Amino acid sequence: MNDIEGKVIIEPERYEFRAAPFHQFELARRDFFKILGAGIAVFAIAKDAFATQETAPGHRSFHNEELPKDISAWLHIGEDGSVTGFTGKAEIGQNIRTALAQTIADELRVPFESVRMVTADTALTPFDAGTFGSRTTPTITPQLRRVAAAARDILVEAAAKEWNVAPAGLVAAGAKVTDPVSGRSLKYAELARGKTLAQNLPAEDPITPATHWTIAGKAIPKVDGRAFVTGRHQYTTDLRPVGMLYGKVLRPPSFGATLTSFRQDETKAMPGVFVVRDGDFVGAAAPTEREAQAALGAVKADWKEVPQISSKELFDYLKRNAAAKTDNRFRTQKGSVEEGLASAAHRLDATYTVAFIAHAPLEPRAAVAQWADGKLTVWTGTQRPFANRDELADIFHLPESSVRVIVPDTGSAYGGKHTSDAAIEAARLARAAGHPVKVVWTREEEFTWAYFRPAGVIEVKSGIAGDGTLTAWEFHNYHSGMSGIDTPYVVANQRTEYHTVPLILRSGSYRGLAATANHFARETHMDALASAAKMDPLDFRMKNISDSRLRAVLEAAAKSFGWPSKKTQAGQGFGVACGNEKGSYVAAFAEVAVDKNSGTVRVVRMVEAFECGAIVNPDGLRNQVVGAMVQGLGGALFEAIEFENGRIKNPHFASYRVPRFRDVPEIEAILLDRKDIPSAGAGETPIMAVAPAIGNALFDATGVRLNNLPMVPNGLRSA
Amino acid sequence: MAKPLELEVNGKRYPVSYPADTPLLYVLRDELGLTGTKYGCGEGQCGACTVLIGGAPRRSCQIPVSAAAAKPITTIEGLEKDGRLNPVQEAFLDAGAFQCAYCTSGMIMSSVGLLQTNPNPSQAEIVQFLQGNVCRCGTHPRIIEAVQQAAKLLQEHGR
Repeated sequence: MNDIEGKVIIEPERYEFRAAPFHQFELARRDFFKILGAGIAVFAIAKDAFATQETAPGHRSFHNEELPKDISAWLHIGEDGSVTGFTGKAEIGQNIRTALAQTIADELRVPFESVRMVTADTALTPFDAGTFGSRTTPTITPQLRRVAAAARDILVEAAAKEWNVAPAGLVAAGAKVTDPVSGRSLKYAELARGKTLAQNLPAEDPITPATHWTIAGKAIPKVDGRAFVTGRHQYTTDLRPVGMLYGKVLRPPSFGATLTSFRQDETKAMPGVFVVRDGDFVGAAAPTEREAQAALGAVKADWKEVPQISSKELFDYLKRNAAAKTDNRFRTQKGSVEEGLASAAHRLDATYTVAFIAHAPLEPRAAVAQWADGKLTVWTGTQRPFANRDELADIFHLPESSVRVIVPDTGSAYGGKHTSDAAIEAARLARAAGHPVKVVWTREEEFTWAYFRPAGVIEVKSGIAGDGTLTAWEFHNYHSGMSGIDTPYVVANQRTEYHTVPLILRSGSYRGLAATANHFARETHMDALASAAKMDPLDFRMKNISDSRLRAVLEAAAKSFGWPSKKTQAGQGFGVACGNEKGSYVAAFAEVAVDKNSGTVRVVRMVEAFECGAIVNPDGLRNQVVGAMVQGLGGALFEAIEFENGRIKNPHFASYRVPRFRDVPEIEAILLDRKDIPSAGAGETPIMAVAPAIGNALFDATGVRLNNLPMVPNGLRSA
Repeated sequence: MAKPLELEVNGKRYPVSYPADTPLLYVLRDELGLTGTKYGCGEGQCGACTVLIGGAPRRSCQIPVSAAAAKPITTIEGLEKDGRLNPVQEAFLDAGAFQCAYCTSGMIMSSVGLLQTNPNPSQAEIVQFLQGNVCRCGTHPRIIEAVQQAAKLLQEHGR
């Protein structure tokens, strides 16, 4: 784990792509000012890295030509007063460009409009492991605050020197430093003029508490919003460098197939077409996408296929192929589950399953690659630009300094854009063609050759006392992952275990990772226990929760939802679910309507309360929370990847159903602002409680317990 | 030799050299450089490529360029007039009705089409009309709000 993520432990999610080893930052100080112009630059060095550096004296000097290798954030104040913040994180629709600019403006005491963010460019921004795990807000926000605070100090000192007064009495505000005694002031721009001052600091300075924020905490609209509503914003898929060709890749007929023979006689007469075969890779680049596709159509390729498992045997396979021994990291134990079960008044065993699902970002995986003088530049919509760079360097036998990866603000990812597939394909074709090449995956390629949220089987065994107190909790997750696996409920006797299984389909990160699966199983099970105890599902939860933040989101959402609700019509049902993960808390309530004749299920209303500490931007946060609720509804009700013998059977929007306007219920998002708690990320946790809340409402409506995600891909016929 | 194709896009005429059966989307994006219109699926299932042909919203990935040549085409780039946003664009901006915004061009073009034939749509009519437009970020409630707001703007200002 690199130092940007600090010592925060990201749980060992097996499918989370591992962070790359730490790599050196190559930009020299003189280049930095050449690119940005003169002014003041401040660099934050992660605390741990700084400690390490102290054992290597000389390297850390402010006067060194080279910038330090382990900077986590920096900003620059130009001679015109413009402020630029730099982060290796990528903007993928979660609105960090706005939130981080707000943070800098707030701490530096400058207008929001004067701050610009440079993001996810391996040549300009600090190393970053990737935009995932809800880490941007908790890690980058404080770091940018620290550099901004340090920059403020530098400006104050510069003004003090100018006036020959002590810095202590001077005030930095409104983009200027003022001396309250004499009334004189100097703008930041004036103080930065003519300077090429670079200062490093260990990232420890005090930062402004949320109670004193003036720009952060406000509902500032997305920066560059106008570029999006006018179509002017250029996504990776929109880039067209001069001389660019369009690339296409020949896909094998099934997963794991290998190329046994290859002929391209017929493509040789095609003008302007380059066909590349390199191992099992076959691709074409041509002046138009159509010509590239035609070239691949004319290629003769034979593939050797290997047998693969299919969706219908999936869950048996997961159980049968689980690793015999569980790694200690994947296991927690407290008390004696056996004793807890023995003393229980009610016991419950149940098995839950979750299907593979696809991210289906609307902008497909894409990359534009350009070679010049042996150096490679790639624009690509990825969550991991530095890992992409390292992979490209590795594959093309280049030093990392010869590869630059730039991430244009991207058409969403949801955890699905960690890998560098399109980048490698475009770069391979561009090298052969001697032209820049763009590769844009088709929707079918997206659904087939990307990776999926892993499927899983979850077994739960539990016991409660006569008064509803949990006495035993045993939880086994096979394959889907560790996130959110630990119960937030108070149970003296518990055992939690995650069992690894060899990969079936290419699997990876997904918004919330396994937290959705684990919350679905846990919260569905808790609901069933409430029934067994003949208790109200909310009362039952409250009885077993001590965490005040979890209680608070439940109380807030229950109040707004009107829990307990009285049924006023047939087929109506109400459900609740909650949880906490990655430093934030969520409670969701759902109302469903089931038509018992047709089996049609409709989510009528959802209320969710979410708390992630101090809110940086309530407008962006609301979008993320509501968005997660809508997205979660798809995985809850109908999304599932079907596969048979190495082929995806539903690789289209016509056969893989995603939530559309008609599916979207009346939604209310309640945002609890805890200014006394550091801001946590918010991209993931709001999705976790959606499926179990809906499932529990369906039980309330029908008496049928649905233990498999998706719950009603074909309606509720048996109801 | 057939007469070369010409398209009228956003009030401008363009000669087209791509084959006549090429879907309009690729001509707009790759030949004319109007990349505001997006590829989302190429199957007419997501609405990201929506443009107006003769005023009606159409999926440009499903229409051969030859079939689009007879009528004027409007893309997202053609909505802004003299630096002034179309009320639908303005309403999307005001409502913050986008996250990654990759679906936004298609959503706006569909909504412009809807409001031309139904200047005061009910929520159910908006939902019905936009059912073919996918937003994966889940911004649907704000998109509906934006369309309602745009309808108001259009009525108030007679624009």
